[in-house]
Parts: sequence; structure tokens; C-alpha cells
Amino acid sequence: MAPDTAKRAGLPMSSRRRREGPGPNRRRDLPSLGLAALKVGPALMLLVVVIAAAALSDVFFTTRNVGNVLSQTAVIAILALAQLLVIVTRGIDLSVGSNLALSAVVGALVFGSVGSGALVIVAMLVTGMAVGAVNGAVLVWGRLPHPFIMTLAMLSIARGLALWLSGGQPLSGMPEIVQQIGGEAIGWLPYSAFLVAGLALLTLLLTKAMLWGRWIFAVGGNPDAARRAAIPVDRVVVSVYVLSGLAAGTGAVINAGRLNGGSPTFGELAELDAIAAVVIGGASFHGGRGHVGNALVGALMIGVIRNAMNLLNVNAFLQPIVIGAVIVLAVEIDVLRGRLEERLRIVQAVQS
Amino acid sequence: MTASNPPALRVRGATKRFGAVVALEDVDIDARRGEVLALLGDNGAGKSTLIKCVSGVHRLDAGIVEVDGTPVDPGSPAAARNLGIETVYQDLALFDNLDPAANFYAGREMTAPKWLPRGIRLVRRRAMVDTTAAVLRRLEVGVADVGTPVGLMSGGQRQAVAVARAAAFATNVVILDEPTAALGVRESRHVLDLILRLRDQGFAIVVVSHAMDHVMEIADRAVVLRRGRTVGELIPRPETRQQIVSLIVGGDG
Repeated sequence: MAPDTAKRAGLPMSSRRRREGPGPNRRRDLPSLGLAALKVGPALMLLVVVIAAAALSDVFFTTRNVGNVLSQTAVIAILALAQLLVIVTRGIDLSVGSNLALSAVVGALVFGSVGSGALVIVAMLVTGMAVGAVNGAVLVWGRLPHPFIMTLAMLSIARGLALWLSGGQPLSGMPEIVQQIGGEAIGWLPYSAFLVAGLALLTLLLTKAMLWGRWIFAVGGNPDAARRAAIPVDRVVVSVYVLSGLAAGTGAVINAGRLNGGSPTFGELAELDAIAAVVIGGASFHGGRGHVGNALVGALMIGVIRNAMNLLNVNAFLQPIVIGAVIVLAVEIDVLRGRLEERLRIVQAVQS
Repeated sequence: MTASNPPALRVRGATKRFGAVVALEDVDIDARRGEVLALLGDNGAGKSTLIKCVSGVHRLDAGIVEVDGTPVDPGSPAAARNLGIETVYQDLALFDNLDPAANFYAGREMTAPKWLPRGIRLVRRRAMVDTTAAVLRRLEVGVADVGTPVGLMSGGQRQAVAVARAAAFATNVVILDEPTAALGVRESRHVLDLILRLRDQGFAIVVVSHAMDHVMEIADRAVVLRRGRTVGELIPRPETRQQIVSLIVGGDG
């Protein structure tokens, strides 16, 4: 209903339309069409990238390669889902990569002494959540000025802990169940892809239908107003960092399963991939805006581009350059969308 | 309205200090149903402090607040809202990224099912949108699409949504802080009409405003504050205008 957006008082839309005739109508429909196109902008970009990849490489659309892309993207996608929630509250979580490594190392250590698959998974998830809880708690109750600082510190601390606990060496061995989650597939569809889909649906349910998710968006939109509306702002903020930690723990399960072990070098720069995915998906650092589907699209975009460049034997040094360019392009499209929305508003204000 | 009816909102002996600064000293106000009370005064006169004490942002050091004759304690914004006192702050406290329905119900969402912990209940989006649309219609606030984020609306529409939100949940008192400060002539007109409609529906309205023309037009009574004290209470009429102005600025004109 984009054309109806900023209309002022009174008349129902239909009668206005009739009165105004075709001239203004066309003008109004043009920006609204553009808006509709830009709304699915990230998905369109992904489509273009996929078509290009398929056109350039015969291998791209083989089931084996698609399974590969999905399994390589799984960790980024899960981290991006949680990073989205953090960014919606005007925050950022730089610690997820290190947290992933720490969780994997803890999992490997637990496996070394216990050997229970369930316990190893629980250890990884709990480690991730604990790190996230510390992030959130110190940020909120320590009144740090910005989450960048807390999670930057945690990036360093968690990586250091992972190195220390592991003695700087990869610890090999993971229980059967973890290897299955991280490395195996049903047919050509990797288990991790199902995990991503399930978590995405849960996140979608949270953000669209559940009260806590609505509060996450309210807190991001206007923290002061949220406080005055008796929304538990502090707990909402802490919760998104806990969820981000949980995502890091889940990423650790997948990563450790795929490589059959836990290493302190896991997840290096994964936080930046996750943030890039969210940004490509059109979320705003000013908070309150972002969509689960688009964050997934962003993650897939990164995965597909890397995969396609590998298939095409493109110089590996070119990859980060292309990813960087895609980030700028995606955000530029989003800026355009904002401009269009504003212009639409002015057009309608003039007409009313 | 008979004199024996207690006013919807009565404040007696309101006193508030911030450190050595006396922001309010022994201020009395009565706000009656179906009446617009204007709080006037220069910057720092204590108007905002007074309404913040009534709406639960600050707490009075001394004095009592009564709602319908019963002493109450609006110790927090939530407590004030539970007393049927709704406030439209000057910054509107709107969520620009959310639509009017989500703005209306922020912090008091309709949810189901009841047996779940509140945070993980599902929001009853349809019901909230319908009620919001009904309230906006009743108050003749023109918002074509209730699915539009309020950040995309004009200044007047945003103000109207904020006022309508207060009206939707208030049972006793609606307090408005500078409701026309950021608006153009025509948008001010809409908001003033909306305030008068609320008055006619039986709310007690308290308006803080610097805009003398608007005050003269909508207020039934005016209380003038200066340096935290009440310096006058009178009925705004063209012939009392000069008197009100001199009370505000403290001259003897």
C-alpha cells in the first residue's frame, strides 16, 4: 500500500483517485513501483548473482555444489540471524567469531574428558550464551557507552581464552552426532541447511509474532519511548546478546562437526561476514529496521559469490574486494530506497 | 458539572526540589472533566516539572495528587498510566519504525495465549490494528493506511497519532506538553480541533503551551506559574490576555 502512505486527512483513497484523474496517478504509481522493486532489492541482487554464477559455470547448479554452498554458508547465516537482532537494537556484536572458537574449544575439551555427544553440544551452546550474557550484562549494567567497545573487548578476551585453553593447538575429535550435524547430509542437502532453515523460521516467528521480538524492534526504534512505555529495555538488550552468543555456540557445533575437532582459529573474521550479511540485507545501524529473510539473503550472497569465484578460478585475492564492493552496492541501493520513500512522501504531501 | 464532583485531577501543595533549586513550591491545580486547563509560564517556571510529577517521571517531594478525589501515587510512568493519566510528551515518544497500532500498544500489547509467559506470547496484531483504526476514525484523525510507519508521516499526523494514543488509553486525564510547538498553521488547527474533541468526550485536559493564541482559543482556565509558584489563575478571554502575559513575564503591565 505504498502510495497510500503519507496521505493526510479525510477522503478514502478511491474517491481521491477518481477525482485526481490519470496525471497525478501515474506520478504516484511510478515511485511506488520503484519502492516495491527496491523492497525486494537484496533478493533481486541474489538472483542476479545466482544467474550469473550459473551462466558462467556448469558446475554451479549441480546438487553437490549447491549442497556445498549451503553448508559453507550455514555458519554465516546463523550468526547473521542473531546479528540482525543485535543491530535492530542499535547494537553490534563483534565477538561472535572469537566466541565461536572458544565454544568449539570448550566442546572439544568436554569431549576429551566425557565423550557424551549431548553434553558436548550443551557445553558449546552454554559457552556461547555465557559469553553473550557477559557482553549484554556489562554493556547494560556497566553502562558502557557503546556495544562496540564491550564486544571488541570480548573479541579479544574470547580468542585469548580459546588459545589458552587449547594450548594454541587444534583439538581433534568430535562426537558422532556433532560430526553429523556439521558434515553430513540427507541426499545432497546438508543437515546444517535444515538447522539454518529451522532457526530462520524461529527468528521470523520471534520478530513478527512474538511480544519479545516486537519489543526488540521498539527498543531499536526509540529506547527512551520504550522505557517510558514500561518495556523492559535492559532485559531486551541483554537478551539479544545472549541470542547472539547462542548463535556463536550453534556455529561452533557446525564448524567443529565439519572439521571433526575444535580449534582456537575457528571463526576468524566471521563477525564481519555476519555484519556484512545483515547490512547487505538492508538492516539499519540506526536500529529498528531489518528483516530475517533479507539477512539470510545477505549471507547467501556472500556464500554464492565466494563459491562462484572459486569455481571460476578467480584469483583468491579478488574475493574480499568483490565482497566489499557488494556491501557498498547493497547499502547504496538501500540509500536510494530511503530517498525514494522521502520523495514519495513529499509528492503526497503536495497533493493532499 | 456540579461543584460537588471532585475534579478528575487535583494537585495540592506540590513541591519539588532538585538539589538547591526549588522547581515547584506549593502549587495547586484542578483539572475537571470536559475542561481544558492551560499551564502557562516562562521557561523554567515549573510547568514541565509539574506535569512530569503527575505523569510519574518525577516524584513530588511534598504535596498530594488526587484522581477523582482519591489520593494516588503516580510513582512511575506505568503507575500514572494505570491511574488513567496519559501524557503526550513534547518529543511525542513515538516509534518511527512502527505503525500506529504498534505505537498505540507499545508496552501494553494485546497477547495470547494467557498461560504462556508474557514475553513469548503471540501478539494479537489484527485486534490491535482494528482497535487503533477505530480510535483514529472516532477522533477523525486522517491516516490512510494504518500499516504505515509513523516516521513516514507528516508532523501534524505524528502529533495526532500521539494524541490519539493518549486518548485511546486515558480514562481520566490527558496531559499535552507543547502540542503545537513544531507544527505549521494548518497542522496546528487539526491538533487543536482534536484536543477540543477530546474535551467534549469528557476527558480532563491539561495543556502546557507557549502559543498564546492557541491557549486563548482552547483553554477554559489558565494557571500561570512563575519560578515554581502559582501567580494567578484566570479565564482566558481577549480582555484578560494582557494580564496573562504580564503574569507570565512578571511585569506589572
